[in-house]
This record gives sequence, C-alpha cells and structure tokens, in this order.
Amino acid sequence: MNIFFYIAAAIAIISTMMAISGRNAIHSLLFLILSLLAISVVFYLLDAPFIAALEVIIYAGAIMVLFIFVTMMLNIGLEQKQEKQWLNPRMWIIPSILAAILLVDLMLALRNMPPAVAGVQQIQPKQVGISLFSTYLLAVEIAAILLMAGVIGAYHLGSQKKKVLHRFLEKK
Amino acid sequence: MLTVPVETQLLFAGILFFLGLIGLLVRRNLVFMLLSIEIMFNSAGLVFIIASHHWNQPDGQVMFIFILAVTAVEVAIGLALILQVYHHFKTLDVDKINKLKD
Repeated sequence: MNIFFYIAAAIAIISTMMAISGRNAIHSLLFLILSLLAISVVFYLLDAPFIAALEVIIYAGAIMVLFIFVTMMLNIGLEQKQEKQWLNPRMWIIPSILAAILLVDLMLALRNMPPAVAGVQQIQPKQVGISLFSTYLLAVEIAAILLMAGVIGAYHLGSQKKKVLHRFLEKK
Repeated sequence: MLTVPVETQLLFAGILFFLGLIGLLVRRNLVFMLLSIEIMFNSAGLVFIIASHHWNQPDGQVMFIFILAVTAVEVAIGLALILQVYHHFKTLDVDKINKLKD
C-alpha cells in the first residue's frame, strides 16, 4: 500500500508545482484539479473514503469550477493562438501522463485493498456524522452562519451597479 | 494497511503548504494568490486527516468538513472581490492595485 501513497504524493507535489508556476491561469487551474485528485487518493489510503469523495465533489467539482468560470469571465488566458496551443502536445502531454499514473495507482490500490476485518477499525462516515451533530453541533451552527454571510456577501459584491439615469441623459 | 510513517505523511502536507506559501509570495496575479491560499487550506485539511488516521478518531474528519465550509465561503467572497477589482482597475496585478482611492 505504501507505494501508492508515494506515487499519489509525488503527483500531488509535481502538479502543485506546475500550478503555481504556470503562465496561463486555466492550465494552472487544471493542474490544481489534478493535484486535488491526487490528494483525494491519499485521503482514500488514509482510511477516509468519505472525505476523499467530498474532496472530489466539493473541491475539484465546485470550487475549481467557480475559479474557472471567473477566469474565463475575466479573459485572463491568452486568447490569441489558443487553438494552436491546445493542439501542441507539449501542453497536454504532462497532465495526461500524470492523470494516467494516478488512475493506475487508484485502480491498483482498490484491487489490493484488504477485506474488511473485524480487528482493524476504520472510521466510518456514520461515526463522523454522529460526532458532527453531537459534539460539534455548535460549530455546525457557526459554519451555517458563516455560509449565510458568505452568500449575502458574495451577492452584494457581485451585483452590478444599477443605472439611475435615463439613457438619453447618460454621458457618452 | 498503510504503513507509511506519520512523519513522512506530515512532510508531504508540509511540502504542499510551503508550495502554497511560495505561490502566494511569488505570484502577483490575484487569481493565482487565491489559488495558493486554496493549496494551503487543503494541506491544513490533509494534516487533520493524517491526525485522524493516526489517532483513529473521527474529529479530524469533522474538522476537514469545517475547513471545506470555510474554504467555500472564502472562495465565493474572494472571487466576487476579484471581479469588482477587475471592473474597477482593469488589471489583476497587485502591484498596480496599491491605491486606496484614486
């Protein structure tokens, strides 16, 4: 099992380095998604399959998609010659190789998974949920307030300024 | 069973954290800076999961869920602020966004 951990960790580190050193924002975001997937494999190996699923669904699925939307809205990436860059193998060969290694890693880890035996106890999602809603109930409520504040704040900051003048009175 | 020593696992989390820190310090683009903060949040969560695995307690996973909520809020507010900054200054270079009023 250890070799899977080392492979996933190496992929996470390499793709994070590519993400923070890239020139193009979209490429960096895609490398970061790869890094998050590798970290999710590490979570799976650390006996936290529920957290691994949350990492893929929320981090790679929701937060990174938000990033990519904003990056595309702002047109940060280079628009010219983009098609040519996409067709350039240098652009996609490294992420493809890393992602393929990660896939093989995950499949081998799943295959070599020992059957669930009674002695070794794994933390189940049920246990996490019980702990979340009994010991940490106050923290859940605080997190709910924080999310509410975040929604209101993002709505307020994201709203465009309303026009008050008639269109004939606008300064050109 | 995973028998990687816990020091190695923590070293992995530490490397990820410092990569995020380097990115935050080196890059001058606001989107990249927010991305680096994400990397650091994620490595902090990784430390919680490692501790949860090490002590065989569910508390670390609970903390990771809270980190997830905080990260989601931070990204939403941060990206809204980035949009406003871009509409106002027409750039995302933090060296050029150094005036409180213009």
